[in-house]
Amino acid sequence: MPVTVRIPTPLRQVTKGNAEVHAKGTTVDELVADLERQFPGLRERLVDESGELRRFINIYVNEEDIRFMDGRKTTLKDGDAVSIVPAIAGGR
Amino acid sequence: MVDYQYEALKAVVTRASIAAGPPSMWRYKDLLPIEGDVAVGHHVGFTPLIRAQNLADELGCREIWIKNDSVCHPSWSFKDRVVSVAVTKAREFGFDTVACASTGNLANSVAAHAAEGRLKSYIFIPADLEQGKVLATLVYNPTLVAVHGTYDEVNRLCSEIADKYRWAFVNVNFRPYYSEGSKSYGFEIVEQLGWRPPQHIVVPCAGGSLITKIWKAIKEMKLLGLIDESAPTRMYAAQALGCGPIVTMIKDDTDVLKPVRPNTIAKSLAIGNPADGYYAYRVTKDSGGFGEHATDEEIIEGMLLLARTEGIFTETAGGVTVAATKKLIETGVIPRDESVVICITGNGLKTPDALYERLDAHVRIKPSLSAFDRALADLKNQTS
Repeated sequence: MPVTVRIPTPLRQVTKGNAEVHAKGTTVDELVADLERQFPGLRERLVDESGELRRFINIYVNEEDIRFMDGRKTTLKDGDAVSIVPAIAGGR
Repeated sequence: MVDYQYEALKAVVTRASIAAGPPSMWRYKDLLPIEGDVAVGHHVGFTPLIRAQNLADELGCREIWIKNDSVCHPSWSFKDRVVSVAVTKAREFGFDTVACASTGNLANSVAAHAAEGRLKSYIFIPADLEQGKVLATLVYNPTLVAVHGTYDEVNRLCSEIADKYRWAFVNVNFRPYYSEGSKSYGFEIVEQLGWRPPQHIVVPCAGGSLITKIWKAIKEMKLLGLIDESAPTRMYAAQALGCGPIVTMIKDDTDVLKPVRPNTIAKSLAIGNPADGYYAYRVTKDSGGFGEHATDEEIIEGMLLLARTEGIFTETAGGVTVAATKKLIETGVIPRDESVVICITGNGLKTPDALYERLDAHVRIKPSLSAFDRALADLKNQTS
């Protein structure tokens, strides 16, 4: 059973309108790579050129912020639920 | 994104036009993102700006002002400013339900304004919120959802709920409008100082939005020719040591925010992953300001200091701001001979829990004059 990934509205144009997709990977890095394989263009929305999480993107594994775990190296197992949640800042 | 036609505004927004407006934040309506009539919160804002000479004397400096939103109408915090804009906008767009993720003050304000606007409201709070803030929400009859988790977890949940339900989440999908309401706090400071921006403004930071909008307000007033363009104002962020990721960025001089797990009595500021953290950091950098942390003990001392010197009872967040200002002055970051505005944004009666263990009646006596005479003699002995 792969990992379930919840996709926020702004990124659903990349996931063909899907609010929830499935992907594989033993770490968040690998998961992001698999998401990119399935949905080209998604990776650059989530991480920068060096692979670091973008400033306004939060990723949660089973409701826990990966920055409180091992960041992009956080391990995943089958059945985990991953949420991608953009930070809603200011409004300039 | 909210944008304004500043060139066109220059022709209609003048000191005189503002001064002729109502004694509320709506005297700045032309600079807020409202198209039609104001729907709720007609009396929000234009709170007192108080010359705090007793506090200034105590801290050994010349000029301190308190911008006192602990008496903002109707729910006793600056959140009324942002919520009245957001709820008016929700009505404009035809929403029948408003919602928010809140550390307390926002919950109070959304519930109050939703009641006034005859809208349904869903309020999401961390389950361990102070009872005063829970009651001051429930009284307006919203649907209150207490979530077992931190504010950051509540906020994450609300981002997902906002994706699914067609509700106006004031601080999620309505945030661009909501946050503009904070500008009125900055406009008022400058107008009430006689159209003179202060040299230093110390602002409590939770999500980090308020400090960015006070800064924006000053910039807009300069852009519109309402104030002297060359007058500098430095902005300072105040946070609790137990939840101070923005001040940590400032002190470490890094633009990368490291989220924290909050552990502080200043629950209204307990946001470990502030959405506007980066922008708050930028404002302090761009303005030449700085930031300061306050320990829980310093927060209590700050609340008591403001009450003792100025007769103003603020909540824990205000204690943070007073304590941070004191440290910024004592360490020489803010010069003693310059003007400082301290932003007091919430009311102490909502968070009495923080003081229960510290304060007690000085004297308990039977109702007799002799008992009082003895007690008074004892008191004098204790203090001599």
